[in-house]
Amino acid sequence: MNAVTLPVAYVPLVDAAPLIVAHEMGLARAEGVELELIAAPSWSSVRDMLAFGRVDAAHLLSPVPVAMALGLGGVTQPLSAVSVLSVNGDVIGVSRTLETRLRDAGYGFDFRDPFKAAAALASVADGPLVFGVPFPFSLHVELLHCWLEATELSKIGVEVRTIPPPLMAQALAEGDVDAFCVGEPWGSVAVESQAGALLLPGQAIWAFAPEKVLAVRTDWADTEPHLLGKLMRAVWRAGRWLDQPGSHTAAAEILARDTYLNLPSELIDRALSGRFTITGHAEQREVPGFVEFHDGAANFPWRSQAKWIAHRLAQRYGLDPHLALAQAGSVFRSDIYRDQMAGLGADLPGASEKLEGAIRDTTPVASHNGQLSLKRDAFLDGRIFDPQDI
Amino acid sequence: MPDTLTIVVVEEDRERAIAIVDALKVSGAYDVHVIGNVSSLARKIAALVPDVVLIDIDNPTRDMLEELTLASGPLERPVAMFVSGAAGDLASTAIEAGLSAYVVDGMQPDRLKPVLDAAIARFQIVRQMRRELAETKRALEERKVIDRAKGLLMKARGVEEEEAYALLRKAAMDQGRRVADVAEALVTASGLLS
Repeated sequence: MNAVTLPVAYVPLVDAAPLIVAHEMGLARAEGVELELIAAPSWSSVRDMLAFGRVDAAHLLSPVPVAMALGLGGVTQPLSAVSVLSVNGDVIGVSRTLETRLRDAGYGFDFRDPFKAAAALASVADGPLVFGVPFPFSLHVELLHCWLEATELSKIGVEVRTIPPPLMAQALAEGDVDAFCVGEPWGSVAVESQAGALLLPGQAIWAFAPEKVLAVRTDWADTEPHLLGKLMRAVWRAGRWLDQPGSHTAAAEILARDTYLNLPSELIDRALSGRFTITGHAEQREVPGFVEFHDGAANFPWRSQAKWIAHRLAQRYGLDPHLALAQAGSVFRSDIYRDQMAGLGADLPGASEKLEGAIRDTTPVASHNGQLSLKRDAFLDGRIFDPQDI
Repeated sequence: MPDTLTIVVVEEDRERAIAIVDALKVSGAYDVHVIGNVSSLARKIAALVPDVVLIDIDNPTRDMLEELTLASGPLERPVAMFVSGAAGDLASTAIEAGLSAYVVDGMQPDRLKPVLDAAIARFQIVRQMRRELAETKRALEERKVIDRAKGLLMKARGVEEEEAYALLRKAAMDQGRRVADVAEALVTASGLLS
């Protein structure tokens, strides 16, 4: 039997793992589909390849399809986020210059407390700090702004600049940026190349941030539901495998290959195992569940997540928030996810929206098989986003 | 809008940049600028107020240009990735050729077409040259592996070079694989055994 070949674009990052594992572990083949994985050098190129039909599915920053639905950015092809590929997985870091100043000021680099980190940064900064992020539409930007709004960083202000992740360490070393928010392994690469130190994991700002989505063209999702289902199930199984602690070493080895990330597996393992080296002085910090591929219904595309992103973008770019929420809610396809995942044993919550930020501790919720627990999703300042309130 | 289109080409490789500029000059009278150094890319481009920005789709610094699509000041002009509708096919062809074009909002497709046609043709040539280079490299690598496999066979079985190659070829035919793949497997396995 000949399997259908599905071209899929991704950016070489730790959180592209579900797609890479679905291919390498034969999970896609078991569903009767072959993945042709195409590494893209930039997020705009992933988006364009998907929008213009060069690929049928893509690993994408969750705000990209939302921004497109709002008419932001250059391309407006309707895209659907059919599942969340990964939750969390970003790190915030600073240049060597700032690291030294922070150390001299007695900052302990706890890699945990966003308020202490912000206060320390604000006290040593000369003026507004320039932060590098991978893309204008990214959770990196949103996390930085949330951090800024809630802490003493608001006193000094920040400028956000787009820098491709593989160039982040260089931009830091050359002084183009003072700090960064980037997906792993690029934070660890900056530490390893002596360009900077890590300050916080992304979840210190938002405990359950839907970082990357599996995106397809909406018209393709309508005309190829069968193929889409095969892809979604293979990727879901890959996520389940990735979340088992016993898989981390093998996953790191696979991702390290030169066809994928082409970096030492030890660097990749840091994000998967949650064991970080945060400075050039080899200081170690642990972050359990640093990146989530499965647990806590991580893959479920909550409409409220899309609406949260839309609300943030609408505020920043001066769009009508009501219209933005109406346009964006349907980008995260909880309907497709329910249809395709029924009977697979996937966690299917009863609701398709939740109050973002309201869960302080792991909480059991109503679900199809009655044993779903949602994980902590609190923001650093306890804010709660209720889509009904907008 | 002035009559002469202002075009910015983002290209670090000097020779490639010149080739693209030449191709554009042949197709019409344009005001063409080349940016070779990508630091502060978005700001440099904004200062030139271009109608069209051309950049290799494989250039990782492309994401820096996305900021151009978000005109933030009243004097800035929003830039879109291609014009929609009429230029849709053109956009797909350009992406196939490895070209990204950012175009100022509202530009007529008939003004854009000659620019893109010239750029696409140039990018296609470059892409083909790259492919040929990669292919040549691969062929060289494969020949090296086959030579090593032949050497291993000659030593292990005490045969001449020709017979060693015949053995490889037979194994490949029997297994329905390429000679280079069989050679690669042999070299890897022998590395493990020694």
